[in-house]
Amino acid sequence: MTNPQMVMYEEEFNQIQTIVDRVVREANAQVVFIIDKNGQLIAAAGETDQLDTTSLASLTAGNIAATGGIAKLLRENEFSTQFHEGERANIHIQLVGNRVILVVIFDNKTSLGLVRLRVKKASEELNSIFEALLSKVQDPHQNTPFAEITDDDIDNLFND
Amino acid sequence: MSFINYLSREINCKIVYYGPGLCGKTTNLQYIYNKTNPEAKGKMISLATETERTLFFDFLPLALGEIRGFKTRFHLYTVPGQVFYDASRKLILKGVDGVVFVADSQIARMEANLESMENLRTNLAEQGYSLDKLPHVIQYNKRDMPSVAPVDELRSLLNPQGVPDFEAIATSGEGVFDTLKAVAKLVLTELKRGGGAG
Repeated sequence: MTNPQMVMYEEEFNQIQTIVDRVVREANAQVVFIIDKNGQLIAAAGETDQLDTTSLASLTAGNIAATGGIAKLLRENEFSTQFHEGERANIHIQLVGNRVILVVIFDNKTSLGLVRLRVKKASEELNSIFEALLSKVQDPHQNTPFAEITDDDIDNLFND
Repeated sequence: MSFINYLSREINCKIVYYGPGLCGKTTNLQYIYNKTNPEAKGKMISLATETERTLFFDFLPLALGEIRGFKTRFHLYTVPGQVFYDASRKLILKGVDGVVFVADSQIARMEANLESMENLRTNLAEQGYSLDKLPHVIQYNKRDMPSVAPVDELRSLLNPQGVPDFEAIATSGEGVFDTLKAVAKLVLTELKRGGGAG
């Protein structure tokens, strides 16, 4: 059985966004974002204007996937944390509940220790939100907007 | 595994271009990238070696338009075609919603095509997918090369199921968008059925 479809509703999104906003503030980070393991961006906060978040999401997911592959070869379950240190920017990547990825980008205005502390707390909270979301999604045929679309709707998309 | 976001009213799907080394997967994406309006595409990322062979993947985010108020976004990925990058190929198939199998029409590459198709089946099965149930199309690329196999022969070898298939010359763009539209349509039709590959 592969992963079920990911669906995001307003209620859960708001909860997630609150956490992401808080991590930016409390960790004194530049950017915080959450993506799923397939590279889809779920939420972002901080100075995202200058960033290509779509590309970042896809590359981070690729990174996590590659690291997961290495872990498997070493008979490890996962390497759930990654940290890359640059000259100006640092990036902390945390796998949450083996399902989503919490990414924190920060500079020298804060410290790795503080980032780790905030990430740890946020991870626990995020994990329970995504678990709840999953059980909601697994409810079979919970009215997806796509149940009502017609073949014509799909055809129209390509009539350009 | 598509991602439906009710808040931003978006639906995101993942399409993977698969096929043997040098069959033109990256060229397909490059052509799509070059011919798409800037507002409908994101940056194309290529993780390639110094000799421009795909090392991990190429990535191109595309917006295709709206269906019933939902923006449809497709994330196109290629896999590295070379045989020894199998571990990376498996990773990229995770969460796939649709596959484009790009075959190299040249007679000399027939075995490589078959091997890659077999590899696709194996790697999908490892993730719990079956190619027969996953939306997919086949592209017979490089039709402009001197010694190509007839399409009927390619079809009988690679497409016994009779999924939508297309002749293409990715370098000039022939067949590239037809292939993309066909797979996108299959993916959306699958979503409509309430399935999704996952």
